[in-house]
Amino acid sequence: MPKVTFTGPGGDRREIDAPIGITLMEAARQNGVPGVVAQCGGACVCATCHVYIHPSWLARLEPREEMEEGTLENAWEPRDHSRLSCQIQVTAELDGLEVTVPDHQQED
Amino acid sequence: MISTILIIGGGQAGAQAIDTLRREGFGGRLVLIGDEPDLPYQRPPLSKKYLSGEMPADRLVFRHRSFYDEHRIELKLGRRAVRLDAAARQVELADGEKLTYDRLLLCLGAESRRLTCPGAALPGVHYLRALADVAPIQAGFKPQARVVVIGGGYIGLETAATCRKMGCEVTVLEMADRVMNRVVAPRVSQYFADEHRAHGVTIICDTRVDCLEGRERVEHVVCADGTRHAADLVIVGVGAVATTELARAAGLTCDNGIVVDEYCRTSDAAIYAAGDCTNHPSLRFGRRVRLESVDNAFEQAKTAALNILDKPVAHDRVPWFWSDQFDSKLLIVGLSQDHDRQVLRGDPASRSFSVCYLKGRELLAVEAVNHSKDYMAARKLIAERALMHLDKLADSELALKEAI
Repeated sequence: MPKVTFTGPGGDRREIDAPIGITLMEAARQNGVPGVVAQCGGACVCATCHVYIHPSWLARLEPREEMEEGTLENAWEPRDHSRLSCQIQVTAELDGLEVTVPDHQQED
Repeated sequence: MISTILIIGGGQAGAQAIDTLRREGFGGRLVLIGDEPDLPYQRPPLSKKYLSGEMPADRLVFRHRSFYDEHRIELKLGRRAVRLDAAARQVELADGEKLTYDRLLLCLGAESRRLTCPGAALPGVHYLRALADVAPIQAGFKPQARVVVIGGGYIGLETAATCRKMGCEVTVLEMADRVMNRVVAPRVSQYFADEHRAHGVTIICDTRVDCLEGRERVEHVVCADGTRHAADLVIVGVGAVATTELARAAGLTCDNGIVVDEYCRTSDAAIYAAGDCTNHPSLRFGRRVRLESVDNAFEQAKTAALNILDKPVAHDRVPWFWSDQFDSKLLIVGLSQDHDRQVLRGDPASRSFSVCYLKGRELLAVEAVNHSKDYMAARKLIAERALMHLDKLADSELALKEAI
């Protein structure tokens, strides 16, 4: 099963199992990764599952769609390598993915 | 000293309260009582991707069971709380178990308003609120199965869209002159009615259901004007009412929901309430509201948890809602009731537009169709009580946040 490492705001690292076919947000939420709030549950409307993708991984992800672009614009401190984790489907190719959880989410 | 906190209700609010209580350092006994047997799960996909079978049940759950073990949460699932004795600070479950608490949080949610006309209890008549409601509906999904949806609100239309995608022949019956009439502007109603019709859904407004007929199970929906709609499956979405019976019987003040203040405190000092079941003050809009909303459940639960732990914080949110129907996403933020002006941004024919509600120049609410930028910007503008520039606002080429 693919493994994904989340680095928290305090620098703590946590590796979780991410089953193929679910979203990165769902994997984080089920495992209780702090800071991935995911209020809307994957509808791409709340910007509270915002993460920073390690730049070396960015090109390996499907690009953002328009809805995600619009929602991300008002996320907390969006950057070029920002994504909404609910819009990323876990695939075998994502084994080893490194992401960082921002200090805050939109709601904080 | 608070050593035991009970939470009744395992929906969005209950699940979030657990999270906040533990993260904020509560180390005592924490018990979650829920009448559904499942681990706490999210409800919005029930009428959409879960109903269509695209999303399996294990993706609905908020947390794996191991999370509850790790955080020492006592789960009492499939157990109904039947009595609350506020004076003795005790809750009794249906099986007779009694639990005492120092603080109680009621996250009782809301329940479907039931149809009361003749035939309403026939087999084949369904409601959609909980996980267990879905399988009986799915069992009726056969190509060309005739589905009649009573009620053209969020649940009715989302369910209609999903049933249509599953190959059913779908008719929506709405009492008012347009769909979603209580929650959106006429222009938005029109857009979604057109979407449904383009996908082959029949929408009939201004019609009142008189009775349901059938021998073994429902066969026809009969309207007051005599029209008969053949039905293999009837889905009722005519609104929801706050679940308050437990609270009311215990003597808590209820009035279209359990009455709480901005700290989520009920009329009993040891009892808090959060989510769809509450009647609470909206600080932004200066009046009491009862909301059926994921965001409200989530945020009130956080607020209640913090106040239970003596960290005073008021619930002060701009409400927001969303709905997915076919390929379109409706995003609503704010409360529009007091508006004196509507401004359309963009062309509905482009499939991306929004309707802004203002009182004078103050932005009160926005309904955005496939337009997350306007919606996200509006959340901030409404919270800040921004005064808009009316000419700029009507120019959809200009970002909403620039139209001040």
